[in-house]
Amino acid sequence: MTVTETPAPRPPATGQWWRRNQMRVAPWLFLAPGIAFFALYVIYPIFQSFNISFYRWDGLGEPVPVGLENYRQLLDDRAFYTSLRNNVKWLLLYLLAIPGGLFIALFLNQQIRGMRLYKSLFFFPFVISQVVVGLVFAWFYNPAIGLFNPLIGLFGVAPMNVLGNPNTVTYGIIAAGLWPQIAYCMILYLTGLNAVDPEQVEAARLDGAKGWKMLWYVILPQLRPATFIAVVVTVIGAMRSFDMISVMTNGGPFGSSRVLAYYMFEVSLSEYGFRMGYGAAIAVVLFLIMMVYIAFFLWRMWREERGY
Amino acid sequence: MFPTPVERRSAAMQATYKALVPVALILWLLPLLMVALFSIKPDSDFTQGNLWGLPTSFAGFENYARVFTDSAMPRYLLNSVFITVPTVIGAVALSCMTGFALGVYRFRSNIWIFFMFVAGNFVPFQILMVPVRDLTLNMGLYDTRLGLVLFHIAFQTGFCTLFMRNFIRALPRELIEAARVEGVSEIRIFWYVVLPLMRPAIAALSVLIFTFIWNDYFWAVVLTQGVETQPVTAGITAFNSQFRAAYHMMSAGSIIAALPPVMMFFLMQKHFIAGLTLGAVK
Repeated sequence: MTVTETPAPRPPATGQWWRRNQMRVAPWLFLAPGIAFFALYVIYPIFQSFNISFYRWDGLGEPVPVGLENYRQLLDDRAFYTSLRNNVKWLLLYLLAIPGGLFIALFLNQQIRGMRLYKSLFFFPFVISQVVVGLVFAWFYNPAIGLFNPLIGLFGVAPMNVLGNPNTVTYGIIAAGLWPQIAYCMILYLTGLNAVDPEQVEAARLDGAKGWKMLWYVILPQLRPATFIAVVVTVIGAMRSFDMISVMTNGGPFGSSRVLAYYMFEVSLSEYGFRMGYGAAIAVVLFLIMMVYIAFFLWRMWREERGY
Repeated sequence: MFPTPVERRSAAMQATYKALVPVALILWLLPLLMVALFSIKPDSDFTQGNLWGLPTSFAGFENYARVFTDSAMPRYLLNSVFITVPTVIGAVALSCMTGFALGVYRFRSNIWIFFMFVAGNFVPFQILMVPVRDLTLNMGLYDTRLGLVLFHIAFQTGFCTLFMRNFIRALPRELIEAARVEGVSEIRIFWYVVLPLMRPAIAALSVLIFTFIWNDYFWAVVLTQGVETQPVTAGITAFNSQFRAAYHMMSAGSIIAALPPVMMFFLMQKHFIAGLTLGAVK
């Protein structure tokens, strides 16, 4: 924003309102449709959800105001705590996608024949829908037909039913989720590595830096923009996990693989009845957790904008 | 270059590396390769327990043809197209304008409007679910493709605005200033000066949004429910219950459902990656 606005030289008062005011009016004309859509479908519903969370409502009849009752119920809801705990697991383990992606990017950052194709093929799990990724991994884990058990058998591990066991199910789904996410982080780092200053690398090499030291002190600082984006998209991805849980386990067995996003859906729109108010309360909790993170992101962005 | 280019290493190292890359790729894609293998096997292979061996006969054509003839899959695919394409057009059109407004003009609320779009884009879907479903019901658009499209356009406008605004910020300002000095109106500046320069951004965004929307599952389940309206991500569940335990068919169906964005990616790779990694380099 170093360039200051020079108002267009106005032609001698022709009396045309548009000519005189277009600099002020034009931005709002361009913004109007976008803002209208966004306000109607995104901004306003956020407030509505807050409001609905103070009611008991089946989505059809008259909503009954219940004050904080929904939130009080949440405190005693074991399924809510299970979901929350699983959200934490998702968040922490999903972050492994970042070193994972970096590792593959470093492995592939070479120029041999066909490397471009290899990179695309490594990346393409990200392009597949999570629904299909979920199905593919559900079959992969399936004790009857999947390759997973024979594979771990090679290392002497006894066969197991990953998705049927409450103790392993969430890890199984997270591993499936990591697959496309690692691919995404990989492509971010490959682009970042491309932009690493070769002179700095050579200079560091002459100074005797190599391997881990080089990576830590020379390369990673230059990859910071890529790391930042990788963290942003990975955290969002972790908190949005829904598709895979829905496809692979439906939250089971015994609700042990639910996360807040899934539990909210289940409470609001499932065969057990529509509890929109309670669902909205869960959504509000999820939203507030995310808000901490969104605020951090905006704050960082704001700092950068000022430096413009 | 980091790590050290293999060309500078010993011949043995180079050979090892060249052998290692394809092996790593096979391991990486193993779950998918398993499904691809299933999809070309005849039914009898599964009953005889020949799961991972070579198919006794090549049934690829048969299986894939049956996906199109014996199921509602063509319908679902068509629905996906009719949901995805209008969304891409709508979201890109809206965000060209919002991006232009936020990227070119300086006014006090500029940054706050921009932040509204950015923040809205990160919001968890669940906080929108109940009101958006209710709104769609009230507009009489529940279980229609239009209802889904309108929501998608609105939501994607957040991300697209972020993208477009940053892109326009990086364009040379002198062009716009020069046009203004010439007395060109703001609308003509948008249309004739800025829009042509935005082509790469439009291409990148279109490919990205196509993939995002094609792969959407959550909103498809929330806002639609039948074979007439549901996209392929939601339809695949119905498909799988139709072919319960027929793994060769389910595999073929999944691959077909996943294919369009994959093709889009391989055809438009440059744009796709440019869009995805915007901001990964400074």
